[in-house]
Order: sequence, then structure tokens, then C-alpha cells
Amino acid sequence: MAAPRASLRLVAPVWNGGTSGIRGLSRAVDPEGSPRKGRTLLRFLADRFYDVEAVREYLLQKQVLKVLQKNRSFTYIKERYGPYVAGAYFILKQGGAVKFQDKEWMRPNGRGLSGELWKLREVPVEAVDASGCAINYQGLDNLLALKELQSLSLQCCPHVDDWCLSRLHQLANSLRELSLAGCPRISERGLACLHHLQNLRRLDISDLPAVSNPGLTQILVEEMLPNCEVLGADWAQGLKLGPEEQTRDTASSPIPA
Amino acid sequence: MLRRALRLGLGPGLLGRGLGTHREGSTLAWDGKVSEIKKKIQSILPGGAWSPLCDTSHLPPEHSDVVIVGGGVLGLSVAYWLKRLEKQQGAIRVLVVERDHTYSQASTVLSVGGIRQQFSLPENIQLSLFSVEFLRNINEYLAVVDDPPLDLQFNPSGYLFLASEEGATIMENNVKVQRPTHFSRQEGAKVCLMSPEQLQKKFPWINTEGVALASYGLENEGWFDPWCLLQGLRRKVQSMGVLFCHGEVTRFVSSSNHMETTSGEKVTLRRIHEVHVKVDRSQEYQPVECAIVVIAAGAWSGQIAELAGIGKGPPGTLQGTRLPVEPRKRYVYLWHCPQGPGLEAPLVADPSGAYFRREGLGNNYLGGYSPTEEEEPDPGNLEVDHDFFQEKVWPHLARRVPAFETLKVRRAWAGYYDYNTFDQNGVVGPHPLVVNMYFATGFSGHGLQQAPAVGRAVAEVMLEGRFQTIDLSPFLFSRFYLGEKAQEHCII
Repeated sequence: MAAPRASLRLVAPVWNGGTSGIRGLSRAVDPEGSPRKGRTLLRFLADRFYDVEAVREYLLQKQVLKVLQKNRSFTYIKERYGPYVAGAYFILKQGGAVKFQDKEWMRPNGRGLSGELWKLREVPVEAVDASGCAINYQGLDNLLALKELQSLSLQCCPHVDDWCLSRLHQLANSLRELSLAGCPRISERGLACLHHLQNLRRLDISDLPAVSNPGLTQILVEEMLPNCEVLGADWAQGLKLGPEEQTRDTASSPIPA
Repeated sequence: MLRRALRLGLGPGLLGRGLGTHREGSTLAWDGKVSEIKKKIQSILPGGAWSPLCDTSHLPPEHSDVVIVGGGVLGLSVAYWLKRLEKQQGAIRVLVVERDHTYSQASTVLSVGGIRQQFSLPENIQLSLFSVEFLRNINEYLAVVDDPPLDLQFNPSGYLFLASEEGATIMENNVKVQRPTHFSRQEGAKVCLMSPEQLQKKFPWINTEGVALASYGLENEGWFDPWCLLQGLRRKVQSMGVLFCHGEVTRFVSSSNHMETTSGEKVTLRRIHEVHVKVDRSQEYQPVECAIVVIAAGAWSGQIAELAGIGKGPPGTLQGTRLPVEPRKRYVYLWHCPQGPGLEAPLVADPSGAYFRREGLGNNYLGGYSPTEEEEPDPGNLEVDHDFFQEKVWPHLARRVPAFETLKVRRAWAGYYDYNTFDQNGVVGPHPLVVNMYFATGFSGHGLQQAPAVGRAVAEVMLEGRFQTIDLSPFLFSRFYLGEKAQEHCII
């Protein structure tokens, strides 16, 4: 194939000691150069031996299952404590932060979740910061139950893709602020279904590597959501400079061609 | 010589008559084996029949458990699910026979690529729901170790069906069927009904004249790249061990069995033993011995079924019931309109039958119109009729979206619908008389969006004997004989 052979990985490989945990995921989706030799040997073996291929497929399946396990739905907590606590529990478990109405931001501290969480049965959740969490399409169920959510931050979430964005219409009544910066799987096709969010006032779509034309997308999204302030690419990004401007701007920041 | 001497020596003279018969039996079998080996050696030696210069690797294999006629998305989907649902890995040998490896006329790749759950039959809705789940998790289903993940380029923008006064009640009934309360599981289609005022507010570029009701799919609907799905399936299916053959099916060799039903009626059951696959651009053919044949040949399924003898009999009997699938030509036009609908535009289906959707970011749109029976173009070739756009498609589009009055057609192409003239729904499952033949065809324009689920259903019927996950009994072949139409009201 002509496309770069980015291998199918969900988390950074175990033997690649540097990137551990979820934070290194965004990098792992891009084609990487360093564990080249190890990868080539494994590929060679997998092409020739069924056992090696089976082991690799098994390891891949395990990674998939790990993400699914993180995104399971907490039905017991939902029934006992209500949807707000269930959603907050889900986010805190994943490593994000939650803000209930009239309360401070709650973050997961090292020793486990604070006991106050269980008392907040009737208090709606106002803001969620799920940056870097491994939320996927299934896990979004827990978030969509938070009907009074006003601010949602999904920055650098490696599994949030266009399909997830198509579900956000359920929060259309309350959502005012949304941040999708740095998500590697979101493209302009997913951004097209944000038009349901008519109450949105602030949208951050900067640094989306999968969007093919950031400047044009910015303009189209601004047209689609007239009441919303869209932060993201500069509309001139992606335009080629004219010859006289090029010589003038050699010292300034590089513009991608 | 040594053999003969040994046999004489060990004959009745040495070991007594009691063992004579046993020994004679085994010497005969041994004789047969020896002569076989002798024949083989003679053929390999110079002057024999076997020639090492004669290479048969371009021909399909001589034996295969399942032969799937047609390598489009439906055929590959059946192959994938067969290999996935087989009890033991490598238990079933599958051969996919495809006439054109460039897929230049295949309906799959020429399709607009939409997927929706807004159907009227619950089976269609269930098929689409599963297929959309398959597409969403395509990198788990079709993962091949060390190959890059698939990017289907799915646009989750939804379908917007507009209905006039007459169609409004039908649309309401359909939406009731589509919503989650109708299904035992929590899922269903997420569809919202909109009045003309709401429609005008949401999509200001629509002219709501003549529209009484609109149904808008909010989730799991949109369009994607069918070529990517096809290549993903091909790659995965090859990694699972399915054999591909570039050739055309020219003949079926079958045997008949005359039987009587319990009421004394005479029935002729047939079983296909061999499929003759002719190699491209050559007269060479290979008789492939097979146990099961699956017809997934799209627009040409009718011809393949005739080859198999389906429909050869007195009209009005089960033997005389043809497979009513024929190719119908449909045009797709791509135009540019600078003031057209923006990023939020769904796939809009007008009550007149015209439809369009956004393509890319540059104000380009794709669309078409299904002609009435009298205006059907000749399906002999895939030439595009541009006057059709001027006369039939453009007026409806311009009426519905005033911005489309100034547009410029950039490109156009034509593709085939595997049109089921009976009720425009798919034919799935076994044939009642030809015992080992299965169908997966006739979807009349919504085959691509249901292909993953239909593949699974056909694989289940072949392996388990009945539908397990989605019951597609209304789509069996026998409905053509019994006259039970499974009519779909929401056809574009």
C-alpha cells in the first residue's frame, strides 16, 4: 500500500518504554519510527508462522478489550445514586475532572474518590473535563445522561471520533462550551453534526490532525454556528503565500503549505 | 515383479486356505494402489501425460466447499461471515468468483454510499442497525495485523426525508416502527419528525412548499466510502484464507432427484455439483466441484439464476418461478453550487424522488433521481444521459433548494441497481428446489448499507440452517411463488 504503514495499535506498545498510559496514545496513532527494528522482526515472523500471528491478534484483542472495559456502563451506580453521580464516577475513574453545580472542581486524588461524591445525588453536573481520557462511543452514554451539562472538554481524547460527535446532539439544550482540540480521530465530517448544538457559544477545534483543510473547515463551521465563537485554525492557514509575501515573511512562523 | 513373486510365495500354499479370502481381498486393494502409483510414475516420466510446463495456477481450484458467484460487497460479506462463524478455523474452503477485478461496473463502488435506518419494514431497519454498528467498529471486525486501520470517511450527517400531504401518514407510521419502543432491545433508529416551520428554522436553505412532514435521522445515518469498505473486506477475507478467482461462471452441472411430498405431489429437487468457471479472455474453463453455491452477482444475478435452471418450468409453478432481479441503470450527477447548503446539509430526499447530498468541503453536491417505470433507461451500457439531469432532476432540485437554480454539473456517472421487480427488497436464503443454492442479491439500491448484516444472515442459514440474529424469512425466494410481497415504502 502506498499509505504509511501505521500499525493498528490502541495503546503504545509495552516494549516502547517511554510512552506509558493513555497520554502517549495520540502519538502512537501517527506512524512511529523508533521501534522499527522490533516491529519488522515481528512482522516477518507473523507473516510466516500462524502461532506468531495468533499471538499478535490476541494481544491486539486484549488492547481492544481494555478500552471497552474502561467504557463499561455503571448501571448499579446509576440506579442507586442517579445519572449525575454515575457520570461523575465514570469521568473520575478515567482520570478526568468534574464540576457539580455550585461546587468546586473534583479531581481524582491518588487514594481513591472522595466520599462527598455519593452525597451529590440531586446536584446536576455543570462541567466535565475529560482531557486525555479513553472515552469511546459506548462510554459517551454515561456523559449523555448529564442533561444540564454546560461545558465539556474532550481535548486529546484518542478514541473520540466522528461517530461520537454525532451523539452530542442529545446535549443540545444545555451545552455552551465544547473543546475538541487535539483529538486525533476527529475530522470535518464529524464537525458537520455539531450544528445541532444551537446553544453552543464557544467551540475549540484547534489542532485536529485528521481535518484535511483546517482553514476552510473553520469558515464552514463558523457559518454553520452563527452564535458561536469558534477557536481553531486561522482562516489563512493552508493558503499559500504570494511570492512577495513569501520573501517578506521568511522570518515569521512557518505556514504549512 | 518382486511384488508378484512375494504374492505367490505368501499365497495359500504357505499360510493355509483359511486366510485365503482375506488375503485375496487385501491383495486386490494393494494391486489397485500399485497400479495407481505405476500410472503416476509413467505419466511423470518423459512421454507421459503430465507436463511440468503446463501451469494451472491461474485456474481456480478443482474443489471448493462454497463457491460465491460475485465479488462485490455482498459476496465478500458472505465470505467474511462464513469464515468468521465456522466452527473450526479453516474448516470451510470458500472461493469467490468475480468477473471483473477492476469492479468497473459493480454497483458497490458506483453507489452514492448512503446508509440509513429510515425504512418501513422492521427487518430492513434491523439490518441497517447492525450494519451501522459493523461500520462503526470496522477496525475491530476487519483488523488485519500490521495493516493500517481503515478510514471509511463516514459523514454522520443523517437523512432528511420530506413528505407531501399524501405521504405524511405513511411517514408517521414508518417513524413509529423505526423508534426504539418497537424493538425489544433499547436500540432503534433515532429519528425526529419535523413540521415545515421547524424544518425552515433548522435548514433555512430549504423551500418547504408542498412539504407536510419531514423525518430527520439524527444518529447512525449518513454516507461513507464504499470502495474503502470493499477493500477492507477483501483484505480481511484474503487473510482469512478465502480464495479469489478472476473468471466468469458459464455453467452449472447439477443432478436431479425426483421426490414426492406427503400429499403425493411430485417435486424435482436439484443439487449443483460443479460450477464451470471460465477464465477471462480465454476459452479455458475449470470445473469447480462444490457443495454450496451462493449467488451474490448483483445486477446480473438474474442471468446466473437462469444458468442454474431457476425459472425453467411451466409458469405459475415453483419450478417456473424466475429470480426477478434485473439491472436498472441509475445516474448520479456531481455539481458545484457556490451558494448551496453548508456543512450541516444531510442527504435530502424530496417527495418527488430526487435526492442530493453534500460532497466534500467545496460546495459540491451529489444527487440523482429514480425514473418512473416508463422512463427507465436502457441498461445495456453505463453511458450517462445529461439531458435527464436537465429535464428531470434539476427542476425538482431547484424547487426544493432555491440556491440550486445556479449550479454547474461537473461530473456524472451511471451504475446499476440490482432491481427486484417484485417488491424492491433483497432475496436472501436458500432456493426451495435447488437444494444447495443460496441468494444474497436483489437489494435494489440499498444493498451496500445492508451488506454486513445480510452476509451474516446468509452465513447463519448456511451453517446453522436457520436465521439466528435477524429473521429474514420475509425475504426468502419462496415469496415470489407465494405472491407475498415484502414491500418497502421508503425507496429512493
